[in-house]
Amino acid sequence: MKILKKFFNGFLKKLFGKKKQLKLGLYGPPNGGKTTLANKICQDWIGEDMGSASAVAHETRTVTEKEKIIIKRNGKELDFNLVDTPGIATKIDYEDFIKKGLKKEEAKKRAKEATKGVIESIRWLDEMDCVIVVLDATEDPYSQVNITIVGNLQARDIPVLLVANKIDLKKASMKKIKSAFPQYEIVGISAKYGKHLDKFYDALFKLVK
Amino acid sequence: MGLTLQFIPHSEIEDMGSARRVKKLIDVVKENKIVLLEGRLKKEEEKDLIQITMEEIDNKFKGIELAVINPENKEDSIFTKMKLGLVNALMRDRTGLTIIGPATIVKEIKQNPDKIELLMTNNAAKSKKKVARKRKR
Repeated sequence: MKILKKFFNGFLKKLFGKKKQLKLGLYGPPNGGKTTLANKICQDWIGEDMGSASAVAHETRTVTEKEKIIIKRNGKELDFNLVDTPGIATKIDYEDFIKKGLKKEEAKKRAKEATKGVIESIRWLDEMDCVIVVLDATEDPYSQVNITIVGNLQARDIPVLLVANKIDLKKASMKKIKSAFPQYEIVGISAKYGKHLDKFYDALFKLVK
Repeated sequence: MGLTLQFIPHSEIEDMGSARRVKKLIDVVKENKIVLLEGRLKKEEEKDLIQITMEEIDNKFKGIELAVINPENKEDSIFTKMKLGLVNALMRDRTGLTIIGPATIVKEIKQNPDKIELLMTNNAAKSKKKVARKRKR
């Protein structure tokens, strides 16, 4: 089935002469730093932000797409659309937002939008050509959400790059993340401070090419 | 209200379609029970479980905590891995254990290669204390 799909996609591309733009998705649990990384990529290559990041979880509640980002590295170019997705969670409690200082009605609205955001993220999985899974290096990597995301990408044959973000923090543990996903290459970065972004871009080229 | 664990043998869901399986599990969790499912769901079904959970969230139901325990150890020898691969092929999704709990009761399921811990919320702890007090009387 997959071979047939690939054949027809290739055939249609050749027939109509228009190459489909590569979609690169940012997935992961809430507050892992997906939007911070998306902003860093956009700032590095097109000089503008993609969305707003916040310390309160579920800041990104809709899928956003930035078109035509071109990364240049060692004489090569990588041209793609960057898709930032809401964090995938198994639970959302509006009372958690109240604890972060939101008013009750505002918290309920945010929770409702966050649930819709998770559903939207999951629906977009099939649209992706490549995915970067952004994990918080200070959190437990064995969370089932992470395993479910990676497992579903693997089942769809979508190339995956695992990024361990927030390595600038004391609590961060690359060792834990590596032991949770030993079959994947993992790049440790700090999206906030731009640490090891070079290694990240190298890994991205390797993933896509 | 005490804490209820409901064991669901794989035979109870094996003839169901994916949508019915997921619905059944969520229905049990919404009764404030912790589900211990023999075996595991397919990757696609795990994704559906998260999606449907999100659709069901309201003021009472806050979502789920989920963990899948696999018998496979990442540091197993190739021979053990082959053996487990064969068992998996024969048993299909019957190996392992899936734990699903309501987020209002289970705060977190901590999982690492050596152990699994279910951390309960304060609400669950309070209700357990209440039960203990009632028993004393």
